[in-house]
Amino acid sequence: MLLPFFQWCESLWIGQFVVGSNWLFPVIESMHLLFLALLGGTVLIVDLRMVRLLLKDRMVSELAAEARPFMIAALAGMIATGLPLFLSESVKCYYSAAFWLKMETLVIALVFTFTIRTRVTRDESVRNTARRQVLVGALSMALWFTVAASGRWIGFS
Amino acid sequence: MSLLAFCEWLAATNGSIALHESLYMYPIVESIHVLALCLFVGLATIFDLRLLGLILRRVPVTQVMGRTLPWTTGGFAVMVVTGLLLFYAIPVRTYQSVWFRAKVIFLILAGINVFVFHSRVEKSIAEWDTQIITPAGARRAGLFSLVLWGGIIVAGRFIAYNWFDCDIQPQPAIVNWFAGCVVPPPQ
Repeated sequence: MLLPFFQWCESLWIGQFVVGSNWLFPVIESMHLLFLALLGGTVLIVDLRMVRLLLKDRMVSELAAEARPFMIAALAGMIATGLPLFLSESVKCYYSAAFWLKMETLVIALVFTFTIRTRVTRDESVRNTARRQVLVGALSMALWFTVAASGRWIGFS
Repeated sequence: MSLLAFCEWLAATNGSIALHESLYMYPIVESIHVLALCLFVGLATIFDLRLLGLILRRVPVTQVMGRTLPWTTGGFAVMVVTGLLLFYAIPVRTYQSVWFRAKVIFLILAGINVFVFHSRVEKSIAEWDTQIITPAGARRAGLFSLVLWGGIIVAGRFIAYNWFDCDIQPQPAIVNWFAGCVVPPPQ
């Protein structure tokens, strides 16, 4: 049902521009990876703290506030580089199970990050804070791990 | 035995062939290699940004370093093990890849950068531990690290592409020289 939409995506000039170049796809892909490293670092420093494995004597809210601008920049970079990659091979993505898994978990991860995770990292005065943080931190890592792993798998199919 | 001969011997071993031809093992190793980036380069980036006074400014430098170090060390160990396996799966082509060679050079430079930081810059760390603006040497180390690891990621990703492979000729002489390609002399 969505196939015509994906075909239309691939027909756009931006994807075709990427396809037409020998270099563009790999260069954008590398930048995608650079932003992945930054995203990984900014997410992990907070999530590992929430599951009490790192910097336990600093407040979660402090680490989260410091990491947030960099995390948002990394996310913006991931999307800005991910879109042209997608547009250059939309139809292949349509038939890729890894792509769909990535998009589904990506939506969940984004919503989770900007609602529940944001609230939990900001407010440390409620009851059961520690237990709640462990749960949110672990869930966040699991979600982003799935996004990254299935993302890498798109390239193997 | 030359390095090339060693790689050719390595490529003929059963383990190398099995890993190279496996349907899932190779992609799995490759995925672990990429995902460990988040742990290793990601957290190293946090420390570099702290040295540059851009993140976690109220956390002492020693605290950021000490607490992230077990994680970056673990991440680095995973990167090395999976990286060696990836090389083991495709030894000859990787050895003769300009990107692999550039990556190794960057890795050595990054190692020197860490060595200089620990042997010189870190000595006076007690004086600027809590400062936002760290000394020039520390900021330089942070910046070098960011640039070098960026280069390592890009060069590493480019190994997969065959623009400069030895079996694609003609190539500029400098490419063949840097890649160590054995090219028959032109007639």
